[in-house]
Amino acid sequence: MRTLKFLLQKEFRQIFRDPSIIRLIFIMPVIQLIILPWAADYEMKNIQLSVVDHDHSDYSRKLVSKITSSGYFILNDYAASFNQSFAEIEKDHSDIILEIPASFEKDLVKESEAKLFIAGNAINGVKANLGSVYLRTIIQDFNQSVRLEWIQIPRFSPETQIEVSTSNWYNPLMNYKYFMVPGILVILLTMVGSNLTAMNIVKEKEIGTIEQINVTPIKKYHFILGKLIPFWILGLVVLTLGFIIARVVYGIVPLGSFITIYVFAAVYLLAVLGLGLLVSTYATTQQQAMLISFFIMMICILLGGLYTSIDSMPVWAQWITKFNPVSYFIDVMRMVVLKGSTLADIKYQLLVMSGFAIVLNGWAVFSYRKRS
Amino acid sequence: MSAAVSVNNIIKTYGKKKAIVTALQDISFEVKPGELFGIIGPDGAGKTSLFRILTTLLLADSGTATVDGFDVVKDYKEIRKRVGYMPGRFSLYQDLSVQENLEFFATIFNTSIDENYDLIKDIYRQIEPFKDRKAGKLSGGMKQKLALSCALIHRPSVLFLDEPTTGVDAVSRKEFWEMLKRLKQQGITILVSTPYMDEASLCDRVVLMQDGHVLSINTPQQIVNNFGKPLWAARAGNMLHLLNDLKQSEAVDNAYPSGTYHHVVLKDGYDEKFLLQKIKENNNELEIKQIQPDIEDCFMKLMR
Repeated sequence: MRTLKFLLQKEFRQIFRDPSIIRLIFIMPVIQLIILPWAADYEMKNIQLSVVDHDHSDYSRKLVSKITSSGYFILNDYAASFNQSFAEIEKDHSDIILEIPASFEKDLVKESEAKLFIAGNAINGVKANLGSVYLRTIIQDFNQSVRLEWIQIPRFSPETQIEVSTSNWYNPLMNYKYFMVPGILVILLTMVGSNLTAMNIVKEKEIGTIEQINVTPIKKYHFILGKLIPFWILGLVVLTLGFIIARVVYGIVPLGSFITIYVFAAVYLLAVLGLGLLVSTYATTQQQAMLISFFIMMICILLGGLYTSIDSMPVWAQWITKFNPVSYFIDVMRMVVLKGSTLADIKYQLLVMSGFAIVLNGWAVFSYRKRS
Repeated sequence: MSAAVSVNNIIKTYGKKKAIVTALQDISFEVKPGELFGIIGPDGAGKTSLFRILTTLLLADSGTATVDGFDVVKDYKEIRKRVGYMPGRFSLYQDLSVQENLEFFATIFNTSIDENYDLIKDIYRQIEPFKDRKAGKLSGGMKQKLALSCALIHRPSVLFLDEPTTGVDAVSRKEFWEMLKRLKQQGITILVSTPYMDEASLCDRVVLMQDGHVLSINTPQQIVNNFGKPLWAARAGNMLHLLNDLKQSEAVDNAYPSGTYHHVVLKDGYDEKFLLQKIKENNNELEIKQIQPDIEDCFMKLMR
């Protein structure tokens, strides 16, 4: 016990004496949490629109003004031919083209039917896709109002219509920040946990102090606990800091209890620290440790369900996410923060995470050797 | 009493298949308790590998070794309790202060500074004025004293010092060897490796090593006595010219530069007069005298 106490004391001393680590631990979460959620916006705004109007009629003008007043589109150019607009797309000035045929108003009035053409620039797939969806919704709306103007609504509508109204449960305003912030918090915790441990132990290897430690009768588990506990505590501190920022800046207060989150975070941190420990047993220089961590982190984040939904991934990728601790924590965070899930609801994730913690730490302890 | 350290037929190789480097080739020797034992050899002789095996950091390919009566493979836990190891590279925590480093190592050996203060007193007193300074900010000589203090804090029975004087100035080197002599009086067995031949004479016994082989194990005096041939030192106006002449002469067995002189060993049946005759005309200011061989001369002879 005395040995462990001293190891911890030494570790904390070293951490607090390294100003760059302190800065990293406290400034990184603050900056990331304040900047990223604003930038990582799922809504598409400022879509550059090119309109090719062959009709120049009253209705076509009405349609265009309806589209531009929606706030999502900016009218880039009002061209006379499709080719002219297409040149704008090629120059990357424009994202989407709306072509209005010459007989638009005539058809609409006479045949009660008109055709429009939408062409999106799919280099930015998300923008093109969402842009045409928005555009279609607006046109549909326009269509609706035109009908209202002409046709006296009969008591029983001759056409069957299905009207869908949606309500977003757990996040009624679809405020994407509510699910981005908890997710980013998870990423932060993962980075602090795995990177710092890996770097810390590899640094001892580089300086040669580990050699000096290895010739002492110090027990393997003492040494490893001495490395894990400080970063485990730091991780929980970062989490707390993150929640304070989420509360102050975004007004996000978890619906569920903090205890649920902290219990899960405690187990999660153990797993992540185990990962860092494992990296450190295989890496001999800080560069190596850095690159390995970076590689793992990249996969963990992209396959973690933070930016893209896991359910829309191909089945093989969904299987990979099952081995990704980050995906579980993001899941749990969103469940607890938005839905108010309790420990009983997340017991499956908790069980899996305990498994991760045991396997990763066990593997790391097994491959950590005091002699070569 | 049995040997403090015994090494039997240790072989250690690095690398795989094509690029095998043999660091230690069938090394055997014994160190008596309380001895100041030197391991002398140039870079790459295998000194550090040997130390790492004896301090249980490295596993030998074959052969056995014991330290303080304990086997380095089976009883490594016991060995770690009773050896002190000072690696060639300064490897203490640079961001901890002098005192914190010492306290830390005292604690992980389950002891305290006070308990063994008398042992490190002589050494530690010199750096005590700087005890709150970070170890990374110490000068080279002070770092070395701190490292030695940390290696001694648990009163080890065997002390391993891997090239402690490499890169240290002449005055500090002398001081360091005096510290070792005082430690020896406390009954600690000391194994010290060094690439400096002149330090060999300060040891009780030395083993000369090269390329993983043992060249000779003896007291420094005996090694010198075993040189067995007269040694000559020669100098002239043009030293390079002289060396070439010496090497070409049929009377010369070996000639090599050493300080301001060239050391010359003659072949059996020739004497210095014959040599003088041969090289006199080509070398002005020629001077030749008989000298006592030192360890370096013995090493040069053994290396051939």
